Amino acid sequence: MRMLRLFAGLAMLAVFCAPAAALDRGAIGRLASGDADEQRQALDALVADNDVSALPFLQDLLADRVKIGADTTIIVDGDHGLDPLERAPVALPSDLEDVSTSNSLRLAIEESIAALELLSPDPALRLEAVKRLQNAELDEARLALIAKAESHERDSAVRDGLRQMRALSELQSGDRAMRLAAAKALRASVSGRVREALKARLASEEDGEIRVALTRSLRNVESSLAIGENLGIVFSGVSLASILLLAALGLAVTYGLMGVINMAHGEMMMIGAYATYVAQNCFRAYLPDHFQWYLAAAAPVAFVVAALIGVVIERMVIRFLYGRALETLLATWGVSLILMQTVRTMFGAQNVQVENPAWMSGRVFVMENLQLPYNRIVIIAFSLAVLALVSFLLARTRLGLFVRAVTQNRTMAKCVGVDSSRIDTIAFALGSGIAGLAGVALSQVGNVGPDLGQHYIVDSFMVVVLGGVGQLAGAVYAALGLGVAGKIFENLAGAVLAEIALLVFLIVFIQKRPQGLFALGGRQAD
Amino acid sequence: MKRRIVVKSLGFVAAGALLAAGAILPARAADKSPIKVGVLHSLSGTMAISETVLKDTALMAIEEINAKGGVLGRKLEPVVVDPASNWPLFAEKARQLLATDKVAVVFGCWTSVSRKSVLPVFKELDGLLFYPVQYEGEELEKNVFYTGAAPNQQAIPAVEYLMSKAGGGAKRFVLLGTDYVYPRTTNKILRAFLRSKGVADADIMEEYTPFGHSDYQTIVANIKKFASGGKTAVVSTINGDSNVPFYKELGNAGLKATEVPVVAFSVGEEELRGVDAKPLVGHLAAWNYFMSLKNPANTEFKKKWAAYAKAHGVANADKPLTNDPMEATYIGVNIWKQAVEKAKTTDVDKVIAAVGGQKFEAPSGFTAEMDEKNHHLHKPVFIGEVKADGQFNVVWKTPGPVRAQPWSPFIPGNDKKKDQPDAN
Repeated sequence: MRMLRLFAGLAMLAVFCAPAAALDRGAIGRLASGDADEQRQALDALVADNDVSALPFLQDLLADRVKIGADTTIIVDGDHGLDPLERAPVALPSDLEDVSTSNSLRLAIEESIAALELLSPDPALRLEAVKRLQNAELDEARLALIAKAESHERDSAVRDGLRQMRALSELQSGDRAMRLAAAKALRASVSGRVREALKARLASEEDGEIRVALTRSLRNVESSLAIGENLGIVFSGVSLASILLLAALGLAVTYGLMGVINMAHGEMMMIGAYATYVAQNCFRAYLPDHFQWYLAAAAPVAFVVAALIGVVIERMVIRFLYGRALETLLATWGVSLILMQTVRTMFGAQNVQVENPAWMSGRVFVMENLQLPYNRIVIIAFSLAVLALVSFLLARTRLGLFVRAVTQNRTMAKCVGVDSSRIDTIAFALGSGIAGLAGVALSQVGNVGPDLGQHYIVDSFMVVVLGGVGQLAGAVYAALGLGVAGKIFENLAGAVLAEIALLVFLIVFIQKRPQGLFALGGRQAD
Repeated sequence: MKRRIVVKSLGFVAAGALLAAGAILPARAADKSPIKVGVLHSLSGTMAISETVLKDTALMAIEEINAKGGVLGRKLEPVVVDPASNWPLFAEKARQLLATDKVAVVFGCWTSVSRKSVLPVFKELDGLLFYPVQYEGEELEKNVFYTGAAPNQQAIPAVEYLMSKAGGGAKRFVLLGTDYVYPRTTNKILRAFLRSKGVADADIMEEYTPFGHSDYQTIVANIKKFASGGKTAVVSTINGDSNVPFYKELGNAGLKATEVPVVAFSVGEEELRGVDAKPLVGHLAAWNYFMSLKNPANTEFKKKWAAYAKAHGVANADKPLTNDPMEATYIGVNIWKQAVEKAKTTDVDKVIAAVGGQKFEAPSGFTAEMDEKNHHLHKPVFIGEVKADGQFNVVWKTPGPVRAQPWSPFIPGNDKKKDQPDAN
C-alpha cells in the first residue's frame, strides 16, 4: 500500500514538474533583493509553474538564512555559505545584508510553500499543507493547483480538505449546480472561516434549494465549532481554577485550619516565585545542559524557603497573637510590607524574567478550534498533585491527625499530650510552603515582581471564605466555581466587569451564608 | 493648640525668609547656585518596567549638560522621587517637587492617568512638565510640553499601514487595551477613523482589561474566533507588565504574526526584555524612534547610554537598550535647556514662551522641532516588526517629521478647538 502511494506521489511529481520553469538566478534575485511587489510576483510565478524545486530555497528564505552580498545571493548555514541554486558550498563574503521581509511577505512565502507541498509525495506533509492553506487567500494559480492536486489525491483526509477549500471559493460561483455542490461539501468542515463564508452567502443567496443546503451546512459547522469553543471556555476556567486553588490551598491551612488571618500569604507566593527565579539562574550558570528541568529543582527549593520563612514568622510574630484576629491581621500585613521591601532591595523593584522551559511551550491539538497549551496543562496537573499531597498529609499522617486535633479542640489535644505549640509552627510552615509551591506555578504564567502576592491575596481569601473555613474540599469547589464562572462571565461581559461581578457575588453570598459553602457542623465551628 | 500656633508662626517666618530670598536673589548678578530639576517616574509597581529607564535617561541628559558647564553657568541638580505607579501619589510628589523643592522643571509621567492626576498641581503652582510618552491627545495645557506622539503621529499611521497591502490588508480590527483614559480615548479615535475608512462596527472588537491583568486566555481565544471572519489585526494599547502574559499567551495559543499581527503602542525594546521574542517575530510596534535605526545621531545616543548605564550600574547595563520614550525624554531635557538659554532665566512663563520653535538633532535621525504653538514635537513615524533578538526591523516610515494634531479630527467637535493652549 505504502509503495503504491509512493508511486502515486512520484507520478504526481512527474506530472507537475514537467511543464515547470525551474527556479533560476533571476527569480532568486527578485525574491531576495526586489521590492515587495517584485517579491510577490516572483512567488506567484513559482506557484503558477508548480516549481517544487524552489521549496528548499523558500524554506531558507522563511528562516532568514538567505542573505544578500554585493551582487550575489547566498544561503548562510551556520558558518559556511551555500549557493542558492546548486546548493554547493561557496565562500562567505564579509558584507552580507538581511533580505528585507515583512509579515505579508512571510505569509506569502508560507502559503506558497504550503501550496507547493500539496504536490509532496508524503501524505502527512500534504495534510499539513492543507491545514495551513485553510485560511489563505486563494488566487487563480493556487486554485488551479488545488484542483490538480485534488484530482490526483488518494488520501481521503487530504482530499476532503482540498475539496472544502475548492468549495469555499465555488460558493461565489455563478453556476447554480456548483454552488449547491459547494454548499453541501462544506457540511463537514470545522472552520470559523467556513462559518463566516456560509453566513455571508446565505445573506445574498436567492435560490431556495441552495438556501436549504447552506442553512443545513451552517448549522452543522456551527454545532461542531461550538463544541470546541465551549470546551475551550471550560478549559480556561479550569486552568484559572487551578491557579486559584494553588494560591488558596496554603491559606486553607493557615487561615482555614489555624484561624490565622495571614496577610503575608501572598508574599509567601512571591518568595516561591523568586526562589524559582534563583533556581533558574543557578541552572543557567552551573547546569546549562539540564536547564529544561530547573522547575523540578525549583519546586522543593521554593517549598523549603517559604516554609522556613513561615517558621520564623510564626515563632517571632504570630505565636504571641493567637486568638487576636485584628492584631494578627495588622502584624502580618506589616510582615508582608517588610518582605516586599526586602525582595525589592535584594532583586530590584522591576520584574524579573522567568523563562518557560521548552517542554512547557507548545500545545496539544484537540480540535481545529481547541488547542490546549502545555503550560496550562502542567499547572493543572501540578495543582492536583499539591492538593493530593496536602490532603494526604492532613488525612492520613500522624501530623495531620495532630493538626486536626488541635484545630478541633486545643485544650483536649494538649491534655492527651499533643505539643500544640510545635504543631502550630509546623502547620504554619506547611501552609507557607504550599504558598511557595503556588509561586513556582505563578512564575510560569504571570510576572514575577515584588508585588506579585498583592494580586493574589484577595483571590485566595475569596476562595477560602467562599469554600468555608476549615475545609479543604470547600476550597476545591470554590476555586472551580469561581474559575469557571469567572471565565464564562468574562466571555460574556469582558474582563473588567467579570472582576466586579465576582466581588459583588461574593459580598451577596457572604451575607446570605457567612459560613461558606461547606461549614463544619456543631461545636467544631467555634 | 499651642503647638499649631508655633508651627504656623514658624511657617510664616519661613515664608518670609523665602520671600526675602526671592527679592534678593535676582539682584545678585551671577547666581551660581544649582538649578533644581524634578524627575517624576515610577520606580516600583506595575509601570516600573517602563518608567525606570526614563529616570536614568533624564539623569544622563542632566549629567551631560552639567559636564558641558550647565545652563546659564549654573549646574543642574536632579531631584528624583518615586510615585510608585500610584496615581494619587503622583500628584502628591508633584506638589512636593514644585512647592518644597522649588524645581524649575519636571520631567516625568508615563500613563495618561498619572499625567491627568498631576495637571491640576502644575496649573495651580505654575510648574512646567515635559511629558515624554505617546498619548491619546485631547489635551493642550500651557504648563505641559508633550515630547511623545499624538495619535496622528503613532496610532493612525499604524492602522493605515495595517490596512495597506504591504501591512497585510486587514479588514477586521481588535482594539485591545488596559482600562484607563489613554486606551479608551485612542480607541475612540481609531474607531472613528476606521469608520471613515468604511470599516463596519461589526468588524471592530473592543476589549479592556484591568491594570496588572495576567490571564489572557479568554481574550486570545476570542481574538482567534473573531479572526475567522476575515483578515484581522490587533491594535494593542495594553500598558505595563500585563504585556508579558499577553504575548506569552499569544505564543502559547499559536497565534502567529503572519495570521493575526498585533501592533502595540506601548511595547518597545525595554518591554520585550522580559519576553522570549521568538514566538513574537513579526508582531509590530509603531514609534517615533527605534534602537535599530541607523544614523550618526543614534549611534552616538546609544554609545552615551551604554557608557552611562555601565558607569552608574543601571539595571541590565550588560545589555543596554534604548527606546522611544527614552529618546523623547532626552529631547525634552535638551529642548528645555535650549529654551532656558534663550530666555536667559528659568522663570516658567518666560521659558514656556521660549520653548516653541526650538530644534534638536534627535536620535531618530530627523530634526525634532517643537511646534511654535501647540506644545507638541514634529516627529517622524516608524513601524517596526519584532525580530528574534527583541529589536525592531523598520518596515515603514514617514518621509519626514509629522506635525502633531492633539485635537484629533476624528472626534466630533474638535474642529472648533484652538491649536494652542489658553493662557491661564
